[in-house]
Amino acid sequence: MSLMALLISSILVENIILTKFLGLCSFLGVSNQEQGALGMGICVTLVMLLANILCFFLYHYLLLPYDIEYLRTITFILIIASLVQLTEMIIRKYFPKIQALLGIYLPLIATNCAILGAVLLTAANNYTFTQTLVFTLGSGLGYSLVLYIFSSIREKLNINPILKGFQGTPIALITAGIMSMIFGRFIGG
Amino acid sequence: MKNNLLTGLIKENPIFVLLLGLCPVLAVSTTVENAIVMSLSVLFVLLGSNLMVSLIKNLVPNHIRLPVYILIIATLVTITELVLKAYTPDLYRILGIYIPLIVVNCLVLGRAVGFASKEGVLVSIVDAVGFGLGFMIGIVMLAIFREVLGNNTITIMDNLSKITGYKMVYQLIPNTNIFPVGLLITPAGAFISLGLLSGILKMIQNKRREER
Repeated sequence: MSLMALLISSILVENIILTKFLGLCSFLGVSNQEQGALGMGICVTLVMLLANILCFFLYHYLLLPYDIEYLRTITFILIIASLVQLTEMIIRKYFPKIQALLGIYLPLIATNCAILGAVLLTAANNYTFTQTLVFTLGSGLGYSLVLYIFSSIREKLNINPILKGFQGTPIALITAGIMSMIFGRFIGG
Repeated sequence: MKNNLLTGLIKENPIFVLLLGLCPVLAVSTTVENAIVMSLSVLFVLLGSNLMVSLIKNLVPNHIRLPVYILIIATLVTITELVLKAYTPDLYRILGIYIPLIVVNCLVLGRAVGFASKEGVLVSIVDAVGFGLGFMIGIVMLAIFREVLGNNTITIMDNLSKITGYKMVYQLIPNTNIFPVGLLITPAGAFISLGLLSGILKMIQNKRREER
């Protein structure tokens, strides 16, 4: 697959929220305000990129050569958890402005399945290094895009009359379903 | 003790009430068989992690609590992965990345931090069984809804039949194809069916509360 096609498909057609169901907790929880959605999107994209680069080298130069591929889950989650911790410390020390904006979202990312999911998908699909970079960037962008669109839809949903039992998460899920249908159709043809 | 069991099963059902750990729920509820195998894996990991966390809760210093719990869970998940890979390679392939993703399932970590790290061993086991079965009920209900309406079948044992020797695949209405709403099998259908089911359950709950 050409890199351009990979980028487009990871942003739209195979969006990690809408077709792979990754990062749903933050999708349903955080995306009430547009500002928060953007912050979360940027954080996830950055950490995802770092984590995937690190895990790529570990997977291809340590786990595969020594035939200990079954340790990948443990290795990946350790890398991600420490990476999030490190990012948080660096931001707190050197970028207090960003810390004030994004501070509350950072700890949430450690248990965000979008990051581990993207890393696992990269390993499962056997991407090369360039493909990994493009795929991760696309996934992060797709995540941010959907989170942002959804937060603005949700602001509208909050002021509309909706059947009582369906308020909140149920209607959010149905909306996500309709979005998923639309995004799946970007496949062309 | 009985209350602990019912909390996870009904009152705080992880899927329909708390909406925790949704990513495997939506992804693998395409057939009943996948749903059963997935929820058995979650039940095993949940039981193991609750048991171990409640056993070592006094040995772990507070500030490294989370990494230790995550490592315990990751180990259990790796065991599950290896077992599935050895006995049903087909299912292992179908469930794909969603088995390793149990590591970051909010339900498992949530019970470890929120319950097992404070309570006794026996109560933690009961809690794990309650939430594990609650998860199973939720995901199997969703899978039945999606598979029956989307494909007109109920698959209980298909890939598993290589181990058990039985094949259990039923057609709901034989020799017709009026039912299938293909949409329900797609990712979009997953969102919509879970939204519909949890909305309807919430409405029933609200009605009951008003009658009381």
